[in-house]
Amino acid sequence: MLEIKDLHASINGKEILKGIDLTVRDGEVHALMGQNGAGKSTLSNIIVGHPAYEVTEGSITFNGQNLLAMAPEDRAHAGIFLSFQQPVEIPGVSMNNFMRAALNAKRKVQGQDPIPATEFLKLMRERRKIVELDNKLANRSVNEGFSGGEKKRNEIFQMAMLEPTFAILDETDSGLDVDALRIVAEGFNKLRKPETSALVITHYQRLLDYLQPDIIHVLINGRIVHTGGPEVATLIEQGGFDQFIKES
Amino acid sequence: MSVEKQYIELYEQCRAMVNEHSAALLNEPRDKAYEDFCRLGFPTQKQERYKYTNVAEAFAPDYGLNLRHIEIPVNPYEVFRCDVPNLSTSLYFVVNDRFYDKVLPKVSLPEGVLVMSLAEAAKDHPELVAGHYGRLARSRKDGLNALNTMFCQDGLFIYVPRHTVLERPLQIINILRADVDLMVNRRVLIVVEEGAEAKVLFCDHAIDDHQFLATQVSEVYVGENAHLELYELEETHVKNHRFSNMYVDQQRSSTTTIDSITLHNGLTRNRTDVTLNGEYAETRMFGCVVADKQQHVDNNTLIDHRVPNCQSTELYKYVLDGEAVGAFAGRVLVREGAQKTTSQETNANLVATDTAHMYTQPMLEIYADDVKCSHGSTIGQLNEQALFYMRQRGIPLDEARMLLKFAFAGEVLDSICLEPLRDRLHYLVEKRFRGELSKCEGCKLCK
Repeated sequence: MLEIKDLHASINGKEILKGIDLTVRDGEVHALMGQNGAGKSTLSNIIVGHPAYEVTEGSITFNGQNLLAMAPEDRAHAGIFLSFQQPVEIPGVSMNNFMRAALNAKRKVQGQDPIPATEFLKLMRERRKIVELDNKLANRSVNEGFSGGEKKRNEIFQMAMLEPTFAILDETDSGLDVDALRIVAEGFNKLRKPETSALVITHYQRLLDYLQPDIIHVLINGRIVHTGGPEVATLIEQGGFDQFIKES
Repeated sequence: MSVEKQYIELYEQCRAMVNEHSAALLNEPRDKAYEDFCRLGFPTQKQERYKYTNVAEAFAPDYGLNLRHIEIPVNPYEVFRCDVPNLSTSLYFVVNDRFYDKVLPKVSLPEGVLVMSLAEAAKDHPELVAGHYGRLARSRKDGLNALNTMFCQDGLFIYVPRHTVLERPLQIINILRADVDLMVNRRVLIVVEEGAEAKVLFCDHAIDDHQFLATQVSEVYVGENAHLELYELEETHVKNHRFSNMYVDQQRSSTTTIDSITLHNGLTRNRTDVTLNGEYAETRMFGCVVADKQQHVDNNTLIDHRVPNCQSTELYKYVLDGEAVGAFAGRVLVREGAQKTTSQETNANLVATDTAHMYTQPMLEIYADDVKCSHGSTIGQLNEQALFYMRQRGIPLDEARMLLKFAFAGEVLDSICLEPLRDRLHYLVEKRFRGELSKCEGCKLCK
């Protein structure tokens, strides 16, 4: 369970988040919607520990642990995963080596030996099929030369490999055509388990039609101004964010 | 001339002894070199090509010289375990400046091929040595060449006659071994005749915990249609000083690959001058430097396009940590009339700490109007975005840094055509970045 209490945060001295309260229970999918610049990505970056953001007040706990005191890699080992809005290209590091390093780091923390080579390759093969990536993936450099759609599918592929318990999808639908969106969304749904939860950041209803969130929050100017069920997405689609700005 | 004085006096006193333990062909240019050295002294940092390394300072300490050719007890096979296994090479050892002839490879070389002591070759095959020795490495303009020519008594001679193909690479292990601080002046002469092919791998090691200073002057002749791959791997230690001057002469339609890799060192200065003297010749030059602590690596290159229709490629990459100092100065000279020259020069550097320094100076000088040349240089730090991305996936910071450095250096290692060597270097470089390889693996004494 992820619990955010009165979270204030800033970047370069500018306050972006102005008191966020948010609780995501095991098994729930929450959606976070809001205009550009509202602070959606800031919130996701803070959950995963991006060093550029400064938390000035408040707390985040994850399964009882103080998340803000943990290094980014420790948060990952605890089960937190971010599907980046803009996945980073890493020339010269193959997907193979990258995933192996990530997987083995996690296994080490769990007291397991490194994954045997054949088992690893089998896992890579199985999981890339979920998002329909081809067999050239393993030897390609991380995200280098990937199309926009491939990058997003690659994010979900990594999620499939690492099996997080809490996933954040930060505008995973942006820049995707309808087919790619379906592949990504269906991939995500295949990976869902009763105990895993997620926070989905998006501008559009289309992704939510696939993912069926339990709860939708509207974030405006650093504050959650409205929380409701799936019907909120329809309201936004019809009336925009203005209705909530008035509400706040 | 204070630092020079001890070497000038030493030569004046020991001239006869130096000559006695060498060969006539090597003795012949000594006095001239002595005059040159008296006139030139050591190069200073005011000279363009020596801007980044203080030569005199490295020569200031009182080193011993083994001019009497006293045999230093060493069994290279005992102290040295090959660092590049699975690479079936013809393995030779050079201990300090002496070719080690007590144990030679079992596999015989093709007819006419010579791998032997330079001094012996000068006596036994003067016709092969005479026309080549001292022709490329002149003492007139370079104080280091002058000093080396004054004192060098031996070294290595490699001769591959016309149309002879050496399938098996030659591996030469240069071992520095002494019970006192030692200076070694070594000479290398490589002649690959018309249509011949050879691959040569030099591995530099220093096995004792003493201060070493080695000067090595190499002259390399690559004949018409000949193909030479030359790899140099330095795995010495922080008390080692290496001054290498290499001169390569390429004839028509020849190809040369020079790969220089510095994994461990103290102070290293590599000068590599390639002259393209025949049309349709090609040069590929690569360098990879991994340095930390207070290591100093200075690569200074010149590719001289004297004739039309030649190609050159140059790629040097440095990864600097700690308080390391790196320098790269590469000059590509396209002379008047050298039309249709293609040349590409790249130097990319990763400076991982704010205490490390990199000096880079790519230079392109063109006197012909129908050429395709480019040069570029970058200095950067580890990509913070990439580091964070990896950490989010659970890869610890140190491991993430290592992966990025390794990826950066990998491009140069991939240029190595000898597959087992390439694989081995990938492994060695990775270990180096992991900090598991604080000295060379090959030497028993380092373990």
